[in-house]
Amino acid sequence: MVDLSVDLGFLKLKNPVIAASGTFGYGLEFQPLYDLNLLGGLVVKGLYFKPREGNPPPRLAETPGGLINSIGLQGIGVEAFGREVLPRLAGLKTAVIANVCGEEEEEYARVAEYLSQQAGLAALELNISCPNVRKGGKCPAQDPEATYRTVKRVQQVSSLPLITKLSPNVTDITAVALAAQEAGSQAVSLVNTFLALAIDLRTRKPKLGNVLGGLSGPAIKPLALRMVFEVAKKIEIPVIGLGGIFNAQDALEFMVAGASAVQVGTANFVNPLACPEIIKGIEDWAKSQGISSLSEIVGSLKV
Amino acid sequence: MFQDKKAGIIKTASWGSYFLITLFAPEIARESRPGQFLMIRVSDSLNPLLRRPLSIHNRSGQEVEIFFQVAGEGTKLLAQKNAGDFLDILGPCGQGFSLKPEFKDQEIFCVGGGRGLAPLYFLARELQAAGARPVIFYGGQTLSDLPLKKRLEEAGWETHCSTDDGSSGFRGLVTRLVEKELTRRKPYYLFACGPEAMMASLAKICQTAVLPAEFSLESIMGCGLGACWGCARKIKKNGEIKYLRICQDGPVFPAEEIIWPGD
Repeated sequence: MVDLSVDLGFLKLKNPVIAASGTFGYGLEFQPLYDLNLLGGLVVKGLYFKPREGNPPPRLAETPGGLINSIGLQGIGVEAFGREVLPRLAGLKTAVIANVCGEEEEEYARVAEYLSQQAGLAALELNISCPNVRKGGKCPAQDPEATYRTVKRVQQVSSLPLITKLSPNVTDITAVALAAQEAGSQAVSLVNTFLALAIDLRTRKPKLGNVLGGLSGPAIKPLALRMVFEVAKKIEIPVIGLGGIFNAQDALEFMVAGASAVQVGTANFVNPLACPEIIKGIEDWAKSQGISSLSEIVGSLKV
Repeated sequence: MFQDKKAGIIKTASWGSYFLITLFAPEIARESRPGQFLMIRVSDSLNPLLRRPLSIHNRSGQEVEIFFQVAGEGTKLLAQKNAGDFLDILGPCGQGFSLKPEFKDQEIFCVGGGRGLAPLYFLARELQAAGARPVIFYGGQTLSDLPLKKRLEEAGWETHCSTDDGSSGFRGLVTRLVEKELTRRKPYYLFACGPEAMMASLAKICQTAVLPAEFSLESIMGCGLGACWGCARKIKKNGEIKYLRICQDGPVFPAEEIIWPGD
């Protein structure tokens, strides 16, 4: 019997596989296809305080092994989420995590404060790293000080455990991870998408309506894996790894690099059953290796 | 909603760049309604990465058909599949065309441009089964863009064809043909699928004729399930314009709600 459960300290997951924000809607969209209770957890689509229109289409462009998106965090706003969606997620026996967004620090705080007063959430993921919504400046995850301030501010108003989601679009991601830890974040998740461009040569126009977007999918996996490895060596709090995980082997590699749990994003589009299949694959692998608890492999990279 | 990872290809047919694939997919066939679509994995490799959304062209017992034109890398790979191969398909996705009880005994125009005919064959069959009279308008650039002409005629539906070069039927755009026909008679409802320019023009024609209509839209899609919001398009609902998902809120929308580029 393999124990797939993962203890993040502030949160115990039945297995290490979490559906990633932005690829899994508000959670309910995949319900017709499988039992969501199979998941270790799920992170709902990013929430601002107010409803948000999102970016002009086209919003998607394919690249070899990758997907560039510029959705722009279109969404219903946190109050509609609390009123209409959360009650429908509350009965799930999986960790439901809300993804918190903001145009500025105060909005992050308002969203987090509202959510921490609702029942049914296991944690908040602080989205300080979306590449598609910057307003004439950098997102907080591109600056350790801004990261520290945002995490600190949210900590003041929210009682829920906080996972800070980091951007790969930085020179030294470990500096930002350390800032999140110092500000009191209970975990970090990385990486969000890589800022990217796709061009239609025929028209010489960008393929995306918003010009730039965020690259995800297998194309970014080695880069994400490297960043998880670097961050996990430097910080004490748990790391949740993501970036191009498409199968159990990918997920296990992230754990060996130092991730205590993983998120699966773009794979949900290509194979809607990706998450349950990865969970099964991890279990089969652990059995074949005689591993009784997954914690044995976290950070076990031999270097 | 089902994911069938091994839907067997029973047969294929092709006419130039147009292809018809018949799949054995009992669960999906059972639940399908006209206007819904499948998300199809075109390759086992990661390039291209995303599934391709394709209309359900027909349902027959435990089989579904897709009809498509090679338009890029994804459809090119799909066109290379043969009978005996398997496809990983997800569906039926989206909201289909409305099939209203009051369509009974009424004339319903179904207007398809090129590969846009895809969802209309299934629709016309269901309309007929419900006692309505489908009238088909099928337009293309030239005769070779009308590979399903014979199939439509064999189904016994009144079929009007148009080609830009006059090689078959009316010479000119299918929208002009519909407009002409509307001066003679007024149908109860109109359904359409085709190129953007065709549908934008048809929307104006329907508005002028005070003819209620529904159009099926196309888009690149991420998930096909309403989760990613990658296929958003501006739609006017209850006086308010906002981005809705073609995959989940559509792909069929009332003509007057669709915001066209340049509007």
